[in-house]
Amino acid sequence: MEKVLEVKDLTVSFDTYGGKVQAVRGVSFDLYKGETLAIVGESGSGKSVTTKSLMGLIPSPPGRIEKGEINFEGKNLAKLSDSEMTKIRGKDISMIFQDPMTSLNPTMKIGNQIMEGLIKHQKMNRADAKKRAIELLELVGIPKASERINQYPHQFSGGMRQRVVIAISLACNPKILIADEPTTALDVTIQAQILDLMKDLQQKTEASIIFITHDLGVVANVADRVAVMYAGKIVEIGTVDDVFYNPKHPYTWGLLGSMPTLDSTEEELVAIPGSPPDLINPPKGDAFAPRNPYALKIDLEQEPPMFKVSDTHYAATWLLHENAPKVEPPESVKRRMKGFAKTGAAPAAGDKKGDES
Amino acid sequence: MSREKLLEVKNLKQYFKSGRKSVVKAVDGLNFDIYKGETFGLVGESGCGKSTTGRTIIRLYDATDGEVLFKGENVHAKKSRGELKKFNRKMQMIFQDPYASLNPRMTVKDIIAEGMDIHGLVKNEKERTEKVHELLRTVGLNKEHANRYPHEFSGGQRQRIGIARALAVEPEFIIADEPISALDVSIQAQVVNLMKKLQKERGLTYLFIAHDLSMVKYISDRIGVMYFGKMVELAESDELYKNPIHPYTKSLLSAIPLPDPDYERNRKRVPYDPSIHDTSEEPEFREVRPGHWVLCTTKEFEQYKAELENK
Amino acid sequence: MAKKDKELSKDLFQPAEVSADKSEELGRPEISYWKDSWNRLKKNKAAIAGLITLIFISFMAIFGPMMNEYDFDQADYDAKNLPPRVPGIENIEWLDWLGMNGERTVEVLGASPEDALNRGKEAFELTDDQFTYEVVREYDPDRPDPDKRWAAVAITFNDYEIRGYEDDYFWFGTDALGRDLWTRVWNGTRISLYIGILAAAIDMLIGVAYGGISAYYGGRVDNYMQRFIEILVGIPNLVVVILMIIVLDPGLIAITIALTITGWVGMARIVRGQVLKLKGQEFVLASRTLGASDSRIIARHLIPNVTGIILIQTMFTIPSAIFFEAFLSFIGLGLQPPLASLGTLIDDAFKSLQVYPYMLVYPAIIISLLMIGFNVLADGLRDALDPKMRE
Repeated sequence: MEKVLEVKDLTVSFDTYGGKVQAVRGVSFDLYKGETLAIVGESGSGKSVTTKSLMGLIPSPPGRIEKGEINFEGKNLAKLSDSEMTKIRGKDISMIFQDPMTSLNPTMKIGNQIMEGLIKHQKMNRADAKKRAIELLELVGIPKASERINQYPHQFSGGMRQRVVIAISLACNPKILIADEPTTALDVTIQAQILDLMKDLQQKTEASIIFITHDLGVVANVADRVAVMYAGKIVEIGTVDDVFYNPKHPYTWGLLGSMPTLDSTEEELVAIPGSPPDLINPPKGDAFAPRNPYALKIDLEQEPPMFKVSDTHYAATWLLHENAPKVEPPESVKRRMKGFAKTGAAPAAGDKKGDES
Repeated sequence: MSREKLLEVKNLKQYFKSGRKSVVKAVDGLNFDIYKGETFGLVGESGCGKSTTGRTIIRLYDATDGEVLFKGENVHAKKSRGELKKFNRKMQMIFQDPYASLNPRMTVKDIIAEGMDIHGLVKNEKERTEKVHELLRTVGLNKEHANRYPHEFSGGQRQRIGIARALAVEPEFIIADEPISALDVSIQAQVVNLMKKLQKERGLTYLFIAHDLSMVKYISDRIGVMYFGKMVELAESDELYKNPIHPYTKSLLSAIPLPDPDYERNRKRVPYDPSIHDTSEEPEFREVRPGHWVLCTTKEFEQYKAELENK
Repeated sequence: MAKKDKELSKDLFQPAEVSADKSEELGRPEISYWKDSWNRLKKNKAAIAGLITLIFISFMAIFGPMMNEYDFDQADYDAKNLPPRVPGIENIEWLDWLGMNGERTVEVLGASPEDALNRGKEAFELTDDQFTYEVVREYDPDRPDPDKRWAAVAITFNDYEIRGYEDDYFWFGTDALGRDLWTRVWNGTRISLYIGILAAAIDMLIGVAYGGISAYYGGRVDNYMQRFIEILVGIPNLVVVILMIIVLDPGLIAITIALTITGWVGMARIVRGQVLKLKGQEFVLASRTLGASDSRIIARHLIPNVTGIILIQTMFTIPSAIFFEAFLSFIGLGLQPPLASLGTLIDDAFKSLQVYPYMLVYPAIIISLLMIGFNVLADGLRDALDPKMRE
């Protein structure tokens, strides 16, 4: 597969009043053409900071990229000046933000907001840009697009607004689309529509998508590959099937175990104890060790490297070292690994009664 | 089934004026009971009135119409301050936003002890400190945390402090208003486990309000589904999950993504189109199966019943 | 990468004892809101400079008038308009530019330099050993400006010696009535600060109560209270103030009342906005579900959360009150003699600015320092107390 983006050892820190926060601590991954890579992690795991640095959107000061490379079309984005970045941003790489309320300008007609990028990056004239804007709105499933381009954001519902945001991000046929929790602020039924839309658009445009989320259900729905982040590092990366059916990192086990199964026979969920570490003073060794019931002595001394599980699957845990004791995930997690939908009656979705009454 | 009814909600209405003439019917004629010791889940999408319901039950809002009976006593009837206080002790609330629900200028100790102070539950400072330490232990924190300020804690820890605050007055009934939606997945499980543990130990009754159906199903014995201020379906949680009747419930269930890639590849969404309902007849809340209620017209009622029998 | 790891000893791969409690530990030291804010304020150099300036000026305002033997209303017509003279500094030649050696330089015109010199000697009753002089220009009838055609001589002499005040030191000089300016300036500073702080305190009391009640009770109460504010704001400030001063006779109380009659509106609006925001917050709702009374909610939850904002707003009110008082005094609506504020001092000095500039300089410097000090400090406080800057 063709590599569109290569991130190597990305390290980002922020100077705050309390000290230096090491938000991203050596993240490496590749993004292939036409795939969706989901980055999962809790708040503060560095997933948003990682993607903001791809866009050159790290506010500096207080933030800075300490080291690492972001290679895109022969250029290292980490080293580009702001003006060079502006040419890439919105054109080759564009972003969808979490909150459709705040990512649109409330005083501007949505048509003009879509046309802005077209006129700036594609050097279109207004008439062409307008025609393209209507096309884009139709593409993202907004009915009566030619009328609605003259409306303001407050005249759209939350789901429709997120469609507009997607239309804007697609305007210049970006090669990479970064979606930062694009459905978190939406209701589940609207979320399902937006996810379907994004998958549909990806097939049409062949863009690569980096999808940030904390919802494992959403990941299973949209992703081809998954990177699990914890405390500023990728702890496990692989295809969705690798990560959901054969997870190797205890943190991933914890995440899966935290989700209730469908039969609710379990007395307790496998919660991860404690709280995420303070990234001003990250703990020595493996940052997850203090919350890890499977921690080894070496975890408290030394950070684990990425161990290879298969060609597509890597995980950073000492449990994969040949000297490590063989550890099985907890029973409840094993059940989930066999397929979540098999743990009980899956909700009656799309069965024959869907069209009744 | 002769279970004891702890809370009865009868035709509860809560309208808000918006602007000069228009009225928002946030809650429009709700009827349901909550039995002692159970967890009743209330789900629905944003703006369906589920949070308003919770807040109206606990009297943060005065109901426009209807009754809320707690152990047979009307909560919304005019009461003396003393009676109200007694009621406040029995019914407590856990809030959604762990960052907004703790006063940033108070120490954890003062936050947790507030209810004890108001109701005079402790005699002296020593007893107060001991009680606070005990509550902190109960929610999995330690006594060193008592003199800290909320901003030093993570979201999950803050939410547990909020639970400790509610527990301090030894309530029988707790309304949990989206207690986990602002938390990370791994932390959600911590809080849900804690709530289950407390329920078992203290015989608590919960009203669990959320939009995340899978977690609601896990924790609840029965679930009510709300849509635009009305309850559209109510059933035991397994029954609701296996045999959803109302088209809105079906649509909602079909939209929840499961962390199972194979299943997700093959799933289909069922969109909900409110126009399928016959609007000439005012729909009523009817029992299609023992304990399984649906909002429907007479014609729909027959149809739903037939549908269930064929299963 | 796995190659190198083979050297790792097997012992390291034993399960570690990890207690779940440990991950609940808080890494950062315990710190209260005020201490945290103070730490942040300390890092703001400008704010600290402002704070030190204000402390110094306040100290001088309290003790300055006691530092010499003169009273602020003790007039001595023989000693009128004496320039500043400070012991020690008067003898240091390179500090002459400070004008603190009791010397005056006057320019005298005449038909010729000699004529001018004689006129000067006569006018100031100078003997030959009491002065030095410098010829500024010769007589020239062709100059375009008629005033500049005369010859001019700059005569420099020690005013104190001539008038027989060799043993007196007026550190900032004297005014037109021979009163010691040092005493008057610090006295004036004291009164200005007093008015500023009193006005700000009254603004705070009324504003917090009004804004708090308006927002907390909301609904119709809020509606009426806000309409009243709008009416008050609609009337031009100066009109209200002038009317108040006419009714009440100018004086300390009148000015303070005049300043506060509309001044509290800003505070009321800010407090109202904050309380409106706070009262819907979940921690206030939580307190209500616990059965807290209104007074408890106000005292324990609302007031502690608005103190920061109140403090900041007050720090901005004080300088504006001081300045407004000075402005009123300057246009003649302020304090009446013999009382002095920085404003009346500037007003008096302004009349003879060209002849006796020193009279204006000191009060002007002090009022400027006060303005800058308060504003810089308030800005710093805003940054230090703003919870959004946390983390």
